[in-house]
Amino acid sequence: MSIFELFSRNKEERSANVAKERLQVIVAHERRARNAPSYLPAMQNEILAVIRKYVEIDNDQLQVDLNDDGNCSVLEVNVNLPK
Amino acid sequence: MATIIVVTSGKGGVGKTTTSAAVSMGLAQAGHKTVVIDFDIGLRNLDIIMNCERRVVFDFVNVIQGDASLNQALIKDKRCDKLFILPASQTRDKDALTKDGVQQVLNQLKQDFEFIICDSPAGIEHGAQMALYFADKAIVVTNPEVSSVRDSDRILGILQSKSYRAENNMPPVDEHLLITRFDPARVIKGEMLSIADIEDILAVKLLGVIPESQAVLNASNNGTPVILDEKSDAGQAYQDTVARLLGDDRPHRFTEAQKKGFLQRVFGG
Ligand SMILES: Nc1ncnc2c1ncn2[C@@H]1O[C@H](COP(=O)(O)OP(=O)(O)OP(=O)(O)O)[C@@H](O)[C@H]1O
Ligand SMILES: [Mg+2]
Repeated sequence: MSIFELFSRNKEERSANVAKERLQVIVAHERRARNAPSYLPAMQNEILAVIRKYVEIDNDQLQVDLNDDGNCSVLEVNVNLPK
Repeated sequence: MATIIVVTSGKGGVGKTTTSAAVSMGLAQAGHKTVVIDFDIGLRNLDIIMNCERRVVFDFVNVIQGDASLNQALIKDKRCDKLFILPASQTRDKDALTKDGVQQVLNQLKQDFEFIICDSPAGIEHGAQMALYFADKAIVVTNPEVSSVRDSDRILGILQSKSYRAENNMPPVDEHLLITRFDPARVIKGEMLSIADIEDILAVKLLGVIPESQAVLNASNNGTPVILDEKSDAGQAYQDTVARLLGDDRPHRFTEAQKKGFLQRVFGG
């Protein structure tokens, strides 16, 4: 790292770290989606429509995951409502 | 017993064809009779990298459709008599590949060859699925970049669920990670994913690391697989990669940045 870079560094996080964090989230999500039943996207869409009857939310404020922990599956629905 | 190795990635332009050419040449030079098949129907490239484009008469699709025999379509490499190339068709589309057709050709090749290298097209659709379907081993080519790593993970998912081995409850495809176009100086600066990051996310054993190298472009300009450029960093990294495929335990090279002089460190460059 040169003295020129020293000053511009650290203000913004190193982009490789950002890349790794984004990848961990994307990959974990896609691995779950891969094993999920095919009705999940449609169901997610309907849940979104129901919520939107009452509050306006963005696609990424709803998280629907099906987690398999051995003897039963857990459907996890997370909704982030705007303040 | 022949081994079928697919070179795959999901994302385009990451180095599959470069790798297929280098690995097949390396295996052949080590004395193993090897054939490399171009699965990129409609966009063939391998013949250019192997410098045999003017010798192509019949192609993979001609053989599948019974218009030519395998022997008529196979091209013997002029530099190494253990290496053969089965070129892709330039005029058809990927749907010309059928599971049955591919299987028949592979079964015939298995009689004669020790290694069958399948150079996959980009994507995760039909062409890529045909290239990986019958594989025993997979070399997953990945660049240190978000979209490439993500696509590699998707290809790994397909290998684990939609390959012949997966569908027939056989031992899984043996997966290997090959990181290409790696630039250690940029990793130090925090601009590029590190080897450890990628291994961590994909959880596949590391076969090799090929540095970003001018030698690759030179090699493709000349129509020589870069592994024949024995003085180059990329050529040596591919030599190591082939040796590891054959069971040799070699340390990874070209993974650390060159040490910089004091002035360079202070003033950059
Ligand atoms: N280690 C490397 N250093 C520098 N350039 C490279 C390296 N590996 C590949 N390239 C370059 O990247 C480009 C794409 O390489 P290549 O054709 O092997 O990729 P591919 O994965 O087969 O692409 P496609 O998905 O289109 O089939 C080429 O121009 C090649 O010269
Ligand atoms: Mg290619």
